Amino acid sequence: MKRTFTWMIAIVAVLLIAAACSSDDSSDTTAAGGDETTTTAAGGDETTTTAAGGDETTTTAASGDTVELVIESWRNDDLAIWEDTIIPAFEAQNPNIKVSFAPTAPAEYNAVLQGRLEGGTAGDLITCRPFDASLDLYDAGHLADITDLPGMENFSSVAQSAWITDDGTQKFCVPMASVIHGFIYNADAFAEVGVDVPTTEDEFFAALDAIKADGTYDALAMGTADQWEAATMGFQNIGPNYWKGEEGRIGLIEGTEKFTDQQYVDTYNTLARWADYMPGGFEAIAYPDSQALFTLGGAAIYPAGSWEIGLFNEQAEFAMGAFKPPVKAAGDTCYISDHTDIALGLNAASPNADAAKTFLSWVASDEFASMYANSLPGFFSLSNHEVTMDDPLAQEFLSWRGDCESTIRNSYQILSRGEPNLENELWAVSATVINSTATPEAGTAILQEGLEAWYPPQQSG
Amino acid sequence: MTTTSTKTDVVRGTSTRRWRFPGYVAVFLGPALIIYTMFMVYPLLDSLRLSLFSDEGAFVGLANFRELLPGGSLSSSFWNALGNNFVFFAFHFLVQNPVGLFLAVLLTQHLLKRGRGTYRTLIFSPTVLSVVIVGFIWQLILSPLWGVVSTPLLGLTSTALPTLSLMSVWQFVGIPMMFFYAVLVGIPQDLIEAARVDGASGWTIFWRIIFPLLLPMLGIISIITYIANLNAFDLIYSVQGALAGPEFSTDIMGTLFYRSFFGFQLQAGSTAMGATVATAMFIVILLGVLVYLFGWAKRVETYEL
Repeated sequence: MKRTFTWMIAIVAVLLIAAACSSDDSSDTTAAGGDETTTTAAGGDETTTTAAGGDETTTTAASGDTVELVIESWRNDDLAIWEDTIIPAFEAQNPNIKVSFAPTAPAEYNAVLQGRLEGGTAGDLITCRPFDASLDLYDAGHLADITDLPGMENFSSVAQSAWITDDGTQKFCVPMASVIHGFIYNADAFAEVGVDVPTTEDEFFAALDAIKADGTYDALAMGTADQWEAATMGFQNIGPNYWKGEEGRIGLIEGTEKFTDQQYVDTYNTLARWADYMPGGFEAIAYPDSQALFTLGGAAIYPAGSWEIGLFNEQAEFAMGAFKPPVKAAGDTCYISDHTDIALGLNAASPNADAAKTFLSWVASDEFASMYANSLPGFFSLSNHEVTMDDPLAQEFLSWRGDCESTIRNSYQILSRGEPNLENELWAVSATVINSTATPEAGTAILQEGLEAWYPPQQSG
Repeated sequence: MTTTSTKTDVVRGTSTRRWRFPGYVAVFLGPALIIYTMFMVYPLLDSLRLSLFSDEGAFVGLANFRELLPGGSLSSSFWNALGNNFVFFAFHFLVQNPVGLFLAVLLTQHLLKRGRGTYRTLIFSPTVLSVVIVGFIWQLILSPLWGVVSTPLLGLTSTALPTLSLMSVWQFVGIPMMFFYAVLVGIPQDLIEAARVDGASGWTIFWRIIFPLLLPMLGIISIITYIANLNAFDLIYSVQGALAGPEFSTDIMGTLFYRSFFGFQLQAGSTAMGATVATAMFIVILLGVLVYLFGWAKRVETYEL
């Protein structure tokens, strides 16, 4: 009796482990899935191959010139869209090219990609992070120069700025999309509590006060456990209104502005006020928690990036709207973070460079732009093509491009090249300021000190 | 003097003549030795070598290590991580050992009439769970939104590291329990009965008879825990991410190594600095093991029973 029980527990334990392992395995299988199909496709020719003496070049020739392309990406959320919509559309036009999408978890992507590129096992097409992460890969010879790729003329210089060399002569990724920051709100909750969509900061905090006083909803769905929300959805979201977008961003790069300047301290002063409106225990609330809190209808406002639209449309059962980061006083010029986020490049070591270039040119086309923007609402095309989008929430975000000045996140270009790393420090400092374990002044002093430790333009000033 | 030396020579001479190295030992040891050398010794030595080179491959001597010392670019992160590592270990040492011992004593007591094996298995079972599962379960339990406590234990700088340490203790307490249990059941009953006849109380029996017999095992468990804790990474990474928040309060050398070697978000990875942190970890662990070997293992008395 006792024995049986012990065995049962042992079996349950083993099953649990097996479950844990199999989830790892399944992702591997997905990644390897593409390879398997190639084998099957080439399978029919196996006899021919053997007859030809097993020469590798013969094998490729024998399989009807079908080329297999693998896309490396961190967008595992988009797997279904790539597999069901984008890739079939491409393959229909290019029957000789088979494409498979092999994503890695976002947090591990950079590390995994680096390892694969160095080990020579990376896919043919590489999804590019903006700025230095990709520039480093290009400098290390992992990404090919695609300056002359047909289709690159469809992108403005701003769109390309995240994936060119510092001197601007060589381009190495085809820009795919940008994301815009703002706030998504629960329209039903707004109507119920009776608040209007805020445009100025005073209105914003008045709305938060009203929602808090009402008590039905948490006012702001955000936590600081993962830190990056504090920096990305907090600091980079509302900040451009304070540092006047590009003016401030370039100022930091050129050394004419400092993080200790009033506009940055003020950004943090405002951000620190958010803590009162966030759910209790927000210090330990992680990103998926706050997403769930909002989509389950527990919170009224979600400090967002447009990339949330797809998931929220799917999960939320209430009407949603969006408003841009509130300005100081009515009539002020507004600035939005319209961040160049994602692009596609060519693995310099790819044996299928020609097929990969065909794919990249297609990525630069009108057709891809429209298909991508519509299947992934919230990822806005960077090309000059006229793209019409059906999603109202995405349209709302995109309309701000007409009303406001666009900028990108200020830590991305050049400033995160040194040690201590500015982006990492921004995450930590933003979370600390909201947790009120550091004052805005102390926080910005840390950022400035870190920058001065290695960045010459900030040292001289 | 001379006589003794000739004596040993004679002994050595005879022994070499009689004793020949048995070839089958090489056959048995060979595969393991080769695999171990290829996958453990060589990478370790190569990592030590890498720490002396820059990312571009130029020999820089100990310059990488200077970055870890006060004034260097990684100095504050490194010493913070090292300190956190020792706090992490202190929690294990001070909580895991007593609790493990207590459980082992309970299991050997006659109070427990039935289900001894069941309890043993239950307490040991978290040890075989994946750290990711343990981290996830506890994260849900401790979530202020969906969990049972409203205090953000994992989100405050003051409580995050102790909470993570205790999560790890919860998972691994079965190991010291099993070790102690093995020693406890090996203690002959006559010893304890004799003490009782001499009028010793339960307390005296524990401290005077059982505890001295447990001491060597306590040392072994502590050094195993020390090595595991100084190498820890997975729990922190799965619960707090590579940035080990809040405010690096749970950053340990494993996560620091991960960030320096692989990079993080916009931070570029550096093979050289990664290898340097790894080497520093190796040295710290080595020092701990040396302290154990010469400070403890040589002094503690082992009794033949």
